[in-house]
Amino acid sequence: MNRIDQKFKEDTKLLSIYFSAGHPELEDTVPILKQLQASGVDMVEIGLPFSDPLADGPTIQESSTQALRNGMNTEKLFEQLKNIRKQIDIPLILMGYFNPMMQFGIEKFCQRCEAVGIDGLIIPDLPVDVYHEEYKVLFDQHGLYNMFLITPQTPEERIRYIDEVSNGFIYMVSSASVTGAKNTFGSTQTDYFQRIQKMGLQTPTVVGFGISNADTYNAATRESQGAIIGSAFIKFLEQEGVARIPDFIKSIRA
Amino acid sequence: MNYNVDEKGYYGDFGGAFIPEMLYPNVEELRQNYLSITADPDFQKEFDELLKVYVGRPTPLYFAKRLSERYGTKIYLKREDLCHTGAHKVNNTIGQILLAQRLGKKRIIAETGAGQHGVATATVCALMGIECIVYMGELDIKRQAPNVARMKMLGAEVRPAQSGSKTLKDATNEAIRDWINNPVNTHYIIGSVVGPHPYPDMVARFQAVISEETKWQLQEAEGRDYPDHVIACVGGGSNAAGLYYHYLNDERVNIIAVEAAGKGIDSGESAATSALGKEGIIHGSKTLLMQTPDGQITEPYSISAGLDYPGVGPMHAHLFRSQRAEFISIPDQEAMDWGLTLSQMEGIIPAIETAHAFAALDVRKFGPEEIIVFNCSGRGDKDLDTYIDYFKL
Ligand SMILES: Cc1ncc(COP(=O)(O)O)c(C=O)c1O
Repeated sequence: MNRIDQKFKEDTKLLSIYFSAGHPELEDTVPILKQLQASGVDMVEIGLPFSDPLADGPTIQESSTQALRNGMNTEKLFEQLKNIRKQIDIPLILMGYFNPMMQFGIEKFCQRCEAVGIDGLIIPDLPVDVYHEEYKVLFDQHGLYNMFLITPQTPEERIRYIDEVSNGFIYMVSSASVTGAKNTFGSTQTDYFQRIQKMGLQTPTVVGFGISNADTYNAATRESQGAIIGSAFIKFLEQEGVARIPDFIKSIRA
Repeated sequence: MNYNVDEKGYYGDFGGAFIPEMLYPNVEELRQNYLSITADPDFQKEFDELLKVYVGRPTPLYFAKRLSERYGTKIYLKREDLCHTGAHKVNNTIGQILLAQRLGKKRIIAETGAGQHGVATATVCALMGIECIVYMGELDIKRQAPNVARMKMLGAEVRPAQSGSKTLKDATNEAIRDWINNPVNTHYIIGSVVGPHPYPDMVARFQAVISEETKWQLQEAEGRDYPDHVIACVGGGSNAAGLYYHYLNDERVNIIAVEAAGKGIDSGESAATSALGKEGIIHGSKTLLMQTPDGQITEPYSISAGLDYPGVGPMHAHLFRSQRAEFISIPDQEAMDWGLTLSQMEGIIPAIETAHAFAALDVRKFGPEEIIVFNCSGRGDKDLDTYIDYFKL
């Protein structure tokens, strides 16, 4: 069974963390993953940095730019992750834009993901239809899930369609916005979370974008199966460093 | 082969809509409506009327006598430089503002490099009384002060793009992010035949007025409605798409596209996408773009800010790959010299972008009976500082 499915069987208030590979320091990837697992994080999204991250706010853009300056690239990331499954058993997802994957070669990319033990991918700029027509067979062959996004603007009919073709989980973007930390969620968000919950989707949903603290984490996981924290974690890492990761995770689960 | 867009939004291998789900509703709304809105007689009447009384169309098709004599061929200039605001860009912004109104949008965003498209957008927003925000790279704001002032005078807000390399591609990223953050009330007026489907096709259709006029103007002047060659500069490719449009599937017409070689194709400072680009995805479109082997988008260079884009529109990528069009690239120096030549031989000071196109005359031989139409895409007022510096005027 894919580790992602396994995780959702065990737990319904998943905490997932996103970080940009190669940031703050090039070789931080593996130490960050170890700290996250040791702190009880359920799942990790490892960001593959891109020069032009359209869906990201300033924090992730800057971490991405810094990672590229540090020398991060696709090949380098796979090398860092070569022995990761000897140390880490929580689900690992690669999140990145499609162009760097295309240049690496999609088939080779999938092979390398499988070889190092990646469970799934999130590719914000690869549309659902194109994925299905051109890439799904390949991803399936390598045991890789591909997770799709929905937003408060996604029409119900399309949510149903995405639910049908999804595996792993549906990534619920919390509001009409690019990534970035928020301190609270308003009624627009809670209404949206409730609306989606009432739809009774077959795929678990995980909320991301704007989650930064215990309040937003709790609000998000009340109506969904998990939450993803990105920008707030990256800011913490920059200020406090890898060694203090357990403090951050404790503050969220408080 | 068909060189127009297909029903899925592709030109051959290129095009499509590689957008994050957050943009899906906006782009889908456009895709579902752009053909029906623009085909509506009311829309067409208002569009044609504004192009006539506000933009100043039809623009002349001018026979360049001295240039023709020197090069021993028949050279016509399609005078887009005479459009209101000084370039072809306004054809597109007029079309898109009318479309935005019909979609009920209350707020307009745009990206700009040199500022021409920003000015053309600010202009139509002033005309319609709609809020206008233009994203411009922080570096470009410093380089293009007069156009920044024009946009402000027209009532637009100019927001600096501070991410990445702080130029056109980053301004485009910022505009797209703004659209993600404002999905309901905002329309994004893209300035060239780039971006996700339906933008490349929509912008090409608005610019198609250029070749529509060329056909009847040539019929009057030469007794036939097609030339032997059409030549235009390509940044994203909108003025070129406009000139080529009605000749795309007419094999009697040879298509020539001129890109900016900057300091030379192999110098590391160039914008010649056809020579240096590889297939990939930029701003939601699968096309040719300049990138590192790892797929990071690289910063192009050209002395003309309007050709300084790391990709080309998907129509042009297809014209290149299918060899329907000849692509040539011209270094800064030759383009600048042509700025002077056109000024002194025809009394027309061209934009530096435009000047690139004319350098095709030095690269390629044309016969005495052949008819060439150049797109004179813009005037050189905006480039006067660059010309002054370069020629120590
Ligand atoms: C006069 C002129 N010509 C050409 C261009 C290049 O754009 P495109 O290739 O979309 O026509 C610009 C862009 O600013 C311009 O101002």
